[in-house]
Amino acid sequence: MRVRHGWRVARALLVSQYALMLEYRAEIVLWALSGVLPLIMLGVWSGSGAGAGAGLSPQQISRYFLSAFLVRQFTVVWLIHVFEEDALQGRLSPFLLQPLAPLWRYLAAHFSEQASRVPIVAVMLLALGLVAPGLLWLPSARSLLLGLVAIQAAFLLRFLLQVVVTTLCFWSERAAALDRLLLIPYLFLSGLVAPLETFPPAVRRLAMATPFPWMVDFPARLLAGEEVNATLGFAAIAAWCLLLLPIGRWLWLAGLRRYSAMGA
Amino acid sequence: MTIIQARNLSKSYRISEKQPGLAGSLRHLVRRVHRDVVAVDQISFSIEPGEFVGFLGPNGAGKTTTLKMLTGLIHPSGGELEVAGHQPWRRQARFLRQITLVMGNRQQLIWDLPALDSLQVNAAVYGLEPVAAARRIRELAEMLELGPELQRPVRKLSLGQRMKAELLAALLHSPSVLFLDEPTLGLDVNARVRVRDFLADYNRQTGATVLLTSHDMGDITALCPRVLLIHEGQLFHDGSLALLTQRLAPCRQVRLELADLHPSEAFAGFGQIEEHHGHLLRLLVPRDQLTERVAALLERFSVLDLEVGDPPIEDLIGVLFRSRDAAARGDSP
Repeated sequence: MRVRHGWRVARALLVSQYALMLEYRAEIVLWALSGVLPLIMLGVWSGSGAGAGAGLSPQQISRYFLSAFLVRQFTVVWLIHVFEEDALQGRLSPFLLQPLAPLWRYLAAHFSEQASRVPIVAVMLLALGLVAPGLLWLPSARSLLLGLVAIQAAFLLRFLLQVVVTTLCFWSERAAALDRLLLIPYLFLSGLVAPLETFPPAVRRLAMATPFPWMVDFPARLLAGEEVNATLGFAAIAAWCLLLLPIGRWLWLAGLRRYSAMGA
Repeated sequence: MTIIQARNLSKSYRISEKQPGLAGSLRHLVRRVHRDVVAVDQISFSIEPGEFVGFLGPNGAGKTTTLKMLTGLIHPSGGELEVAGHQPWRRQARFLRQITLVMGNRQQLIWDLPALDSLQVNAAVYGLEPVAAARRIRELAEMLELGPELQRPVRKLSLGQRMKAELLAALLHSPSVLFLDEPTLGLDVNARVRVRDFLADYNRQTGATVLLTSHDMGDITALCPRVLLIHEGQLFHDGSLALLTQRLAPCRQVRLELADLHPSEAFAGFGQIEEHHGHLLRLLVPRDQLTERVAALLERFSVLDLEVGDPPIEDLIGVLFRSRDAAARGDSP
């Protein structure tokens, strides 16, 4: 009964949020276009030939950054920005009076936004294939399957990390600024700017101890068909999620108490 | 069996105060000054199932804060509170399924989608079976005189249609306790009357308990046999509307536009001066002396325009409080 109810709620949320994303299709096209940093980095790395110094062939570099582009497209999290606005404008209150935790609505909105990006990204890839046909390749079924699962796992990790930061909206009216601060380690340690293999060993070890490489480098390398310890990667994501989940929950409940105390 | 029970319910906030200007900003940065504001001060009341109760008071009186405590949106600072057998602030699912809150200045419908999309989500969240949800939407839409409007994006609806769609969304799960905060805010006369009629019908047909706040006395007189009057966080009246009118009605409002300028003292014997700016004067005059006072005003002053009506609720309450203060001063040695 609970499963059936949960399924109905999930379906209703996804359908309505997908309809909403279709209303915002022009905006989503712009968002998708703004996520081309890995393609720019592909151009930079291909032009400089710096990959050879790190033992990466031009093909490995191009496949890595194309995969990173796909990972980036489907792991975008904007929870804090909408939540901050909802909390400040009082739109959170009606959600709090329904027997459904508001975070489920935001999660459904993210999944719907991902779905609405699929055709846009497909067109972008098609255009890239027309301009530079040699860049595209057909990944193996194993790489594709593991890569797609890793992308969703990476998305979940990013979402949970942002839930933790988002709960700070209950204490500060400008918590989104903190998220902008997190963007710096995310950019440099996730592998968006450079594959982790090209990092000096000490920096790589440091990066691997943070959640960031599992958000881009790990799924991108899986998708690119490189030799990756998939078990270790999925275990690391699971471990980070298990750490962030109770922290996020605790902060959420404490934040709600504060929100209630301050006047909702 | 009482459905809402509040005993010594209180809510206070801590706010930081800042002086204007650069010096004030710098002081605020290094040494913040806080002040406790009492929004609701030990109010007690109980409401029986099926009652339609008006919640009156001027701006900042504590009405919305009380409603938020009753719905569980905010945590009381003190006192005891029970709504439908639950402590609202715990926001248990069983409690949330029994209540609804409609705020005239807030919306739950998704702005860029037709209201039906939001209704489908609400139906799923509250566990309504699709057939039952469709039937319920049809029934409520009929009562609210909504039809094709439900298939238009909410942003394209008029204010009145939007409020009716909000009511539909808020009542879809058949709540037994309705908290309505200014549901007719900004509506034109026709839309206001239709919303009032709907609320009266809903209360009659379902036996739901309704607590309504409104600045519009028309809403209160049309719907609420009982009113709670709150001012500066304190409950000043809990009883029938007729009883409240008896306490407040002695006064009527007289608005005058004068041809000449006069000092305020010139009107001292004509009533309570509520407003006097240049040629415009607003007086509260005892109802039983209205005719002779107005006649005297017309005789003594050159009047360009005259209007007699009921004063705003704020003014009536002000008279009530002034008379209480005067009585208190008279009693003291």
